[in-house]
Amino acid sequence: MSTLILLLITGVGLGALYFLVASGLSLIYGLMGVLNFAHGAFLTLGAFVSWEMSRRIGEGTWLTFIITLVIGAAVGGVFAALTEFALIRPLYNRHIEQVLVTVGLSLAAVAIFEGVWGTDPQYTKGPEWFTRTTDVLGAQVPNDRFVTIIVAALVLLGVVLFLKKTRYGMIIRAGVENRSMVTALGIDVRKAFTLVFTIGGAAAGIGGVLASHYFGYVSPALGGSLLIFAFIVTVIGGLGSLSGAAIASVVVGVLQQITNFYWGVGDFVVIVLLAVVLLTKPTGLMGKTA
Amino acid sequence: MSPEPTNTLPSEESTGERREPTAAVAVDKVARRVRVQPSHRVKTPGARIGVWVLGLLALLLMAALPLLNISIPGVLPTPTYQPGTLQLLAMCLLMAAAALSYHLLIGVAGLLSFGHALYFGAGSYGLAIILNNLGLPLLPAMGLTLVVALVLSTLTGMVALRVTGIPFAMVTLAFAQAGSVLVRRNPGGATGGEEGVSPDTAGIPDFLIGVANTRNLYWLSLLTLLVVIVVVTWVQSSRAGHVAAAVRENELRVRVLGLQPYWAKLLIFVVAGVLAAAVGMVFVLLQSGTVPRQVSADFTITLLVMVVLGGVGSKWGAVIGGVLYTLLDQRLSALANSSAVESLPAFLHVPLSEPLFILGTLFVLVVLFMPGGLAGAVRRLRERFTSNPAAKKN
Repeated sequence: MSTLILLLITGVGLGALYFLVASGLSLIYGLMGVLNFAHGAFLTLGAFVSWEMSRRIGEGTWLTFIITLVIGAAVGGVFAALTEFALIRPLYNRHIEQVLVTVGLSLAAVAIFEGVWGTDPQYTKGPEWFTRTTDVLGAQVPNDRFVTIIVAALVLLGVVLFLKKTRYGMIIRAGVENRSMVTALGIDVRKAFTLVFTIGGAAAGIGGVLASHYFGYVSPALGGSLLIFAFIVTVIGGLGSLSGAAIASVVVGVLQQITNFYWGVGDFVVIVLLAVVLLTKPTGLMGKTA
Repeated sequence: MSPEPTNTLPSEESTGERREPTAAVAVDKVARRVRVQPSHRVKTPGARIGVWVLGLLALLLMAALPLLNISIPGVLPTPTYQPGTLQLLAMCLLMAAAALSYHLLIGVAGLLSFGHALYFGAGSYGLAIILNNLGLPLLPAMGLTLVVALVLSTLTGMVALRVTGIPFAMVTLAFAQAGSVLVRRNPGGATGGEEGVSPDTAGIPDFLIGVANTRNLYWLSLLTLLVVIVVVTWVQSSRAGHVAAAVRENELRVRVLGLQPYWAKLLIFVVAGVLAAAVGMVFVLLQSGTVPRQVSADFTITLLVMVVLGGVGSKWGAVIGGVLYTLLDQRLSALANSSAVESLPAFLHVPLSEPLFILGTLFVLVVLFMPGGLAGAVRRLRERFTSNPAAKKN
């Protein structure tokens, strides 16, 4: 029983990481129709810059951790905004070419990360409390899992509030629903594009910092490995649906942990789940009916 | 850079005024493809014979390379008859063949697959595993591998083709990821995990083993490329190929005509998969081994980069792109380790010593500023210098 609880909480933690990547992917796809392969690079850059910063200002304190979260979000957001501005915008409405550009960017970015920080994992050190465990109904759960889950939940809350309560959030939601109608009403959707990229990049940057504590290291391949599962989560949840991404992240994370622990087949189960969802409901759990 | 003449769709005499229904617009929006160059240029009979003669001469030259002593400093590491260069050239030919199989998907059927490496890997790993475990001779083992690849690509294609556009890309990516995970897990010690696996030499004929026989492997690679070119040309000009190309342009219209896009796309998908597996088999012989990278998403992306560099929709573009990319990748690695680059300051030295950074940047620049890749650039040049006003003004 205690093992199951541990797996559940760890799985939700993993799902939280997936969500931080998938939320941006899903919003970007929903609004712009772009499959962003460079999203993993946003995450990795956020993780690396935060790791560098934390070494400069002293590892292992709460203050450093919070500062690195902010830095991760800022770096991811700025990188994403620049990407949108310089690479995506010139190819407006040519979706496949936009995908190709992000593919090229991710290749170049990962190569640069390898050149600057090397291919080996760089180990991270969080606040001392992270290394301890908390007793939850008999299960000894590592504390960093809770932090990951709480931060991801806060990000979800923040994004939902932004989308529901602000004017730009409304434009984004309307754009996902029906972009040509929003354009017809005289609203410049392109501002919303940059905004969505920035939010997605910031979430990915936060995800990078959290992932570097969750896995205990940063490496140039960190973003790419999370990105593939984030893609799967996005498809299962339904492209363009934030709540779908949230639900699918948790389902995929928990399922992966449990099946990996008992049978060692977690990655396959996730892909089978994807195939089943596509065969029964091609738009995903909460996707738009195209 | 003038906009390309739009391919006029079959004229609708009776319903010329009617706009497409909104569903068609939605389908178009999802399925908007890379602009593909018109594949049927009008050629005079003389020009067609000229192309054939040129192709034959190129083929003869390629076939004779192991017997000649040609040095191209900066491009090839050693004279052409030496094994090192032959190995590199054979790799170029195989990558060109692999890129060509990928061209069937993206160029012909307009399917953006991120899982093509799965079938290449099925060929390379499949052959190695069958040779190691079943003790078959080479040819039956190759046949069996192709059957495995056929079944695999049919099954995965049937699921993946239920969705189109970007979701299709993601689903194929997921399947390839499953293959990649499987290979790394090393089930039953068959795939060798991160180390990769080498085929047992017992089943392989002697003339394909060893550095001294690199030239035979080179010829085998050339033959493979030739076979892939022939098959791709044949499939492209077949009925199913035309239907697939029509689906790329407008799927709804094909449906309205009473044709079934699904089966045409599946056929193209399976042919591309089996061809990739065939190339993978020769690859494992050439490299005498295979590593997990050959099944990873990175490898598919490499193929994609090759095809886009050459020009999406152009058969020869894919071949040239494959050769060029492989040469660049290899030579840039050599450049990265050269003393000239080592002595540069860090902000220049770090990017230049990463071949993938240069290739990735080049790729982005091509997509942004050179639509249609190399083939597109060649076509624009030709149009500029041609004296045929009809071709210019459409």
